Order: sequence, then C-alpha cells, then structure tokens
Amino acid sequence: MDIAQLVAFVDEHLLMFYLLLFTIILGFEIIAKVPTVLHTPLMSGANAISGIVIVGGILLVKQAAATDLFMLIGGSLAIVFGMINVIGGFVVTDRMLEMFKKKTK
Amino acid sequence: MLTAIINLSYLVGALAFVWGLRRLSSPDTAKEGNRLAGIGMGIAIVATLVAPSGGGDGNYAWIAVSLVIGTGIGWRAAKKVAMTDMPQLVSVFNGLGGACAVALAGLELGQVANGMKETSTSSLAILLTTLLIGGVAFTGSILAYLKLDGKVKDEKIILPQHSGINMIFLLGLVVFAAYLGWSSGNISWLTIGMFTVLTLVYGLSFVAPIGGADMPVVISLLNSFSGLSAAAAGMIYDNQIMLVGGILVGASGTILTVLMCNAMNRSLLNVLIGGFGGTAAASKAATGDQNIREVGLADLAIQLYYSDKVMVVPGYGLAVAQAQKAVKELDELLENNGVEVKYGIHPVAGRMPGHMNVLLAEVDIPYSKLLDLEEANEELKTTDVVLVVGANDVVNPSAEDDPGSSIYGMPVLQVWNAKHVVVLKRSMSPGYAGIENPLFFHAKNKMLFGDAKASLQALVAEVKAQ
Repeated sequence: MDIAQLVAFVDEHLLMFYLLLFTIILGFEIIAKVPTVLHTPLMSGANAISGIVIVGGILLVKQAAATDLFMLIGGSLAIVFGMINVIGGFVVTDRMLEMFKKKTK
Repeated sequence: MLTAIINLSYLVGALAFVWGLRRLSSPDTAKEGNRLAGIGMGIAIVATLVAPSGGGDGNYAWIAVSLVIGTGIGWRAAKKVAMTDMPQLVSVFNGLGGACAVALAGLELGQVANGMKETSTSSLAILLTTLLIGGVAFTGSILAYLKLDGKVKDEKIILPQHSGINMIFLLGLVVFAAYLGWSSGNISWLTIGMFTVLTLVYGLSFVAPIGGADMPVVISLLNSFSGLSAAAAGMIYDNQIMLVGGILVGASGTILTVLMCNAMNRSLLNVLIGGFGGTAAASKAATGDQNIREVGLADLAIQLYYSDKVMVVPGYGLAVAQAQKAVKELDELLENNGVEVKYGIHPVAGRMPGHMNVLLAEVDIPYSKLLDLEEANEELKTTDVVLVVGANDVVNPSAEDDPGSSIYGMPVLQVWNAKHVVVLKRSMSPGYAGIENPLFFHAKNKMLFGDAKASLQALVAEVKAQ
C-alpha cells in the first residue's frame, strides 16, 4: 500500500482515530493505580467488556442474506462465543466481588 | 431518527464502560462498576439488535437462538465453577472472545474472496490484523487454560530455541499478511484458510514456552490481546462502541501486564522470550546431599501457639488443595490466643493477578492482614514462624544469590529472615517452574509433608488440643 492511500484512509476515518488515541490514554489513566486486591476482578471485568466484539457478530448475521447458510452458521457461532464471554465474564466477576463485599461489613 | 437514537445509545454504552471500569478499580465501588459495565453491554447489544439491517435479511431467529445458547452456557459456567478454578475459566472466556473476532474477520474475508465486497488495502489490513490478534488470543488462551488445569505440562511442548522459532514464525505471518493485504486478488478461500490455521498455530506456539511464575503475566497479556482484536473488529464495522470497549480492555490489560512485570523486576520482552522451566534446573541444582528436616505436627502446633507473630505465605498449592478454609480456622484459633497472624502476598503468587487475594477473601480474611511484598519483607524480620503454604518460587532465595538461576533478580519474600520457617508441601518435587529451591535445605527451615488442606486441618486439631 502506498502512503497516500494510508493518509487518505486515516483522513476518511479521522474521528475514529481521535477516539482511538483518546481511549488509549483514558484506559491507561483509569487503571494506573489499582490495588493488588482488585487485579483479578478487574481483569475478569475487562475480559467481559472485550466481549463487545459480539456486536460485530450480530451486525454480520443481520447483514447476511437469509439463504447464505455459511454466513449464518459462522456468524451465529461468533455470537455464541461472544455471548459466553460477555455473560460468563460479568457473572463470574460479580461472584468474585460478592466475596469481597461481605467481608467489609 | 432511529439511527440517531442507536448512535446515542452506543455513546451511553461507551460511557458506562468507562465509568464502570473506573469504579471497578476501587474496592468500595467495584461491584457497582462491574454491573454498570454490564448494563453498558446490554445497551450496546439491544441497540445493535434494533439497528436497521443494512440491506440484509435481519435473520433474527438465528441471532436470538445464538444469544440464548451463549447466555445459557456462560451463566452456567460462571455460577458453577469453584473459586479455585477461576483462572482457568477466565482464560477460556478470554479465548472465546478471541474466537469470536477470528470468526468475524474470517467470514468478512470470505466475502472478499467470493467477490461480494470491494475492499481497500486499508480495510484488508484491518481484517487481517483482527484475525491475527484474535487468533493469538483464542488459541493462546486455550493453551493457557490447559496449562493451568495441569492437562499440558510445560516441558513437553517447548522446542529447542523456541523463542527464536516464534520470532521467525511471527515475521512469516506478517509477511504473509502483507502479501494478502497487497490486493484483494490475493484473497481466496485457500489463502485465508492457510493464514487462519497458521495464526491459530502461532497462538499455541506463542504461549508454549511461557510458564511457571510468568503465567499471570501471559494471562493478562492475552486479555489485552482480545480487547485489541475487538477494537480492530470495531474498525471493520466503523463501530465506535466496539472500538472504545476494545481499546479500554487493551490499555488496561497492558497496564496490568506491565505492573506485574515490574513486580518481578523483568521486562515484558524478557518474560516472552525468557523461557521459564526449560532452562531451569541448571546452576545450583546439584549441590549434592543436603539435609531436610521434618517437623512434627504437635511441635509445630506448640510453636505456633506460643508465638507472637506468625506469617502465612500462600501460593498456588493453597488453591489446588482448597485449603483456604483451614487457613482461616488456624488464623482464628491463633488470634484468640493473642498471636498476630499476617499474610505475605507476592504479586505473582498463584496463577492469575491477585489470585491469592480472591481466595483469602472467599473465607473472610480481612484486607488489613494481607501484606504486599515490601510490607511483608519488613514484617518478616520480626516474625516468629512463617508457614509457607503451597508457595515455592516466590520464596526461593536463589532469586537473590544465584545468578545462574532463571528467577535471579526477581524480588521474593525473604522468609529466611524470620526465626523459623515451615514449608507445607506435598513432596520434594520442584515447583511449577521446575526450579530447585535451596530454602528447603536452609538451617531455619523445616518441612511438613502432605496435602496442604489435610496438614492444616491436622494442625488445627493439634492447636485446639493445646
């Protein structure tokens, strides 16, 4: 790919790139001072958030033709994987934090 | 109008992620934070469902069934798992997130191969990146799960010069990706298939040489990869919430990884190419016959009972033996007799960042008793008895005095500064990382052989008898 094409691409998606940069900084800032006690729940909660990729799966299946079985099956599989990540991740994090909570009382 | 509402919903969802993650990083608000992030996810999913299907057929039945199946499996797994198996489960969830990204990128590339989509080089680059990062997160996490679960032993899957092979492998993949991205003419089902398979194999090969005390680091790193793959997938669909969610996870995962590397006094690169386990048993291992002294239960019980200060150093063995309840019982008995009981928590003890904190929290041991590395080392100088329960590498003096050891330079808990040390251990085999531990032969040390839980329960009974 040549440079001109790349520049054009960045320009075309300029807001996305702004978002990208600011979110990276935000991510670092939010997490920078986390006590060790919370490392596991934080990682597990973040892991659940990474399940946001499921949105892509839903979009893919929605945009497929009803006759395109290959896309439907593949996309559905992606949704199942993503949903296990999302639900499992949030529920397991909740369970962990529940243990922390009862103790502070 | 509908599109505007959907876009605004994504904005709210993204805010919920940011705010939720922020609240997750403080003990008092963590639970709300997690729920807030969950609500953000719910909003994102619902908004995506009601969005116009962009020329497609909607296929809502397929989506609904998939969502229900995923929810059912995820819910069951998360509710049923024992707290001690948490690291494995989190790994599997992480792998599935990666698998989702791989499936998406693969299918989109398939569309290109079928000539159904016109694609620029930049879009191809994004698709290939998604596939690569997602693939490593997928198979890497699955191998991490197998290692944690003890189904795969480190030494069996490490090749000679493994880190060199990995570097060449990665380089090859990047070159292959560049060739594919050059023009959509190079994209066919065959080439995509090959690239996908190679990526998945690379994920396995990437994690294979990493083990032992480095496991929490690699888990955290893979977590950040799955975030990055979600973000890359967000670029495919020009979807802001995927980008925000993915990058937040990528950035936070990276920070956690770096924090843990710092705790071990090593660079990330060193962890990745260091190759624990394989090169280990070298150096001081063969110093010949040294004496091991065993301690009797009754003696130890009396010693503990009349101490002023006792420190417990937990490790992965505590999790395996599910001995946390027995520890709590012992703690209560001793505290009732005026013995001060503290816990020395090494940052990489266990198999997941903060693993020991979770286990001890499960049995209601207060935060204030958990000391981090520096506090614990200070406290150890005035401690009467240290009980090392299922920890090994984090109390290994080689890290300080044996430059030939593969953990040399890692800060460890200096348990040998206390008056007495008792190591609870199943047998004399070296730890997870396969490194000899001279502590076992130390003049101040005695061993208590047996399953950690059984030993502790027996000890509790003995202390009660005092």
